[in-house]
Amino acid sequence: MKQMDEVQKRLIREVADLHDIPEGAYNFRANGESVGRQTTANIDITTKTERSGIDIRIKDGTKKESVHIPVVLSQSGLQETVYNDFYIGKDCDVLIVAGCGIDNCGNQDSRHDGVHRFFVGKGSHVRYVEKHYGSGDGAGRRILNPVTEVYMEEGSTMEMEMVQIKGVDSTERTTLAELAADAKLIVRERLMTHGQQTAGSVYKVSLNGDGASADVVSRSVARDTSFQKFDACIIGNAACTGHTECDSIIMDSGRILAVPSLEANNIDAALVHEAAIGKIAGEQLIKLMTLGLTEAEAEEQIINGFLK
Amino acid sequence: MLELRKVSFTADEDGTANEIIRDLDLTIEDNQFVVITGPNGGGKSTLAKLVAGIKQLTAGQILFNGEDITEKSITERARMGIGFAFQQPVRFKGLTVLDLLRIAAGKTLSVSEACRYLSEVGLCAKDYISREVNASLSGGELKRIEIATVLARDVQLALFDEPEAGIDLWSFNNLIRIFEKMREHEAGRTILVISHQERILNIADRIVVLADGKVVKQGSREEILPTLIGTDYAQTACEKII
Repeated sequence: MKQMDEVQKRLIREVADLHDIPEGAYNFRANGESVGRQTTANIDITTKTERSGIDIRIKDGTKKESVHIPVVLSQSGLQETVYNDFYIGKDCDVLIVAGCGIDNCGNQDSRHDGVHRFFVGKGSHVRYVEKHYGSGDGAGRRILNPVTEVYMEEGSTMEMEMVQIKGVDSTERTTLAELAADAKLIVRERLMTHGQQTAGSVYKVSLNGDGASADVVSRSVARDTSFQKFDACIIGNAACTGHTECDSIIMDSGRILAVPSLEANNIDAALVHEAAIGKIAGEQLIKLMTLGLTEAEAEEQIINGFLK
Repeated sequence: MLELRKVSFTADEDGTANEIIRDLDLTIEDNQFVVITGPNGGGKSTLAKLVAGIKQLTAGQILFNGEDITEKSITERARMGIGFAFQQPVRFKGLTVLDLLRIAAGKTLSVSEACRYLSEVGLCAKDYISREVNASLSGGELKRIEIATVLARDVQLALFDEPEAGIDLWSFNNLIRIFEKMREHEAGRTILVISHQERILNIADRIVVLADGKVVKQGSREEILPTLIGTDYAQTACEKII
């Protein structure tokens, strides 16, 4: 593996919780090129030939294995779009950790657009963790626009955990999912924006088979003058259940637009949406202050708990 | 020792000044179990909030262990050893029972230490420790967790604002047992409870009757309780539910 510098190592720690080379399969990408790769007997990673990106192929029956594919950008002005396709066989149980960290100390915008497609085989269980992190004090913006497409076969389960807590100036996230019978999608999104950041998150989940279910929950905090838009649509095309929830805290002059929507095209589709936006309740601050915290400490505890 | 000297509190209600506490003098000695009772709207809860710093007095002085705390913030008073259990416990999305107990204890509490506080309030610790303090908990459960946070703080003065409010009869009986236990085992701590429940009055060392923002009667339980039985100031649990 090529040597990574300290900034890149720090970014890797932030987005993948990695302090060292992980066990299992991995592909590290830094400043537009692959700097390390490992495959296993069951997980193969190959570079795409027609465009930038990789194909990850996981054999049928692969259990308790993981794939890490973190991306770091530390060169100001670097802009890239990367296409990664995951082909997960039948009856697998795997963990996939992606994530992108950008450090921009320069004056030019840095941008990484990751397009991830997941083809989840029959009966497989996938846990997918994606973290975004930005740092650096340059005038150049740190931009991430991830697109995630999930195609789920019968009886498969996908748990997605998407986290963006710090430092990304602009995000447009799009997540599309199509579920066959008895497939189950669980999404937990956590987002915090500050300064003048903007973040948009669009979900379009189609429940196409009987017994399919989706639970899409977003918890977010908008501070300073940042703006967020959460747009989640669940489409029930079969006897299915769907739930979407957007729960947000606004602080300072932060703004949030929540647009949950449901489309039922089958009489047996049961769909629910919830959205709540508000500031931190004064009584929550007072309660924690009566336990000995200052107002600022109380605020921090409430936000940390909310985004945990 | 807690001393209230000529304390007044006037609330602004839709532009009209409403004097809730008037020129009130009250001294609470150390290591006592004191119950403040009185009619609704008499200023009981306001008084507890003034002591905790949640409301600011309009005139007078509050001294805690001889130190003037009138101008001190909620946080400063908490750090001096004043605890406050809310009448309506606050819910938190995301914060777990363990998180709240750790914040209360002000240190990294081991799970077994946290469990001890929950056991003291009659909750099976393993069922609750990682639960979020949110709307999924019942009024009685929240109330007990609220009391556990005060126990975890190891305060010198613990204030309980109408602990019986908003809970069912079964939970109320358990709650009484918690106070009775606290009464027996908690030496070195002053407990001040706002309540008009006869069973809580029954375990008091001293009873203070507050009406129209003033202390109208105070003394030992033996002295005061017989004068309250049969009035609204000393209700039985069933009266409360009805």
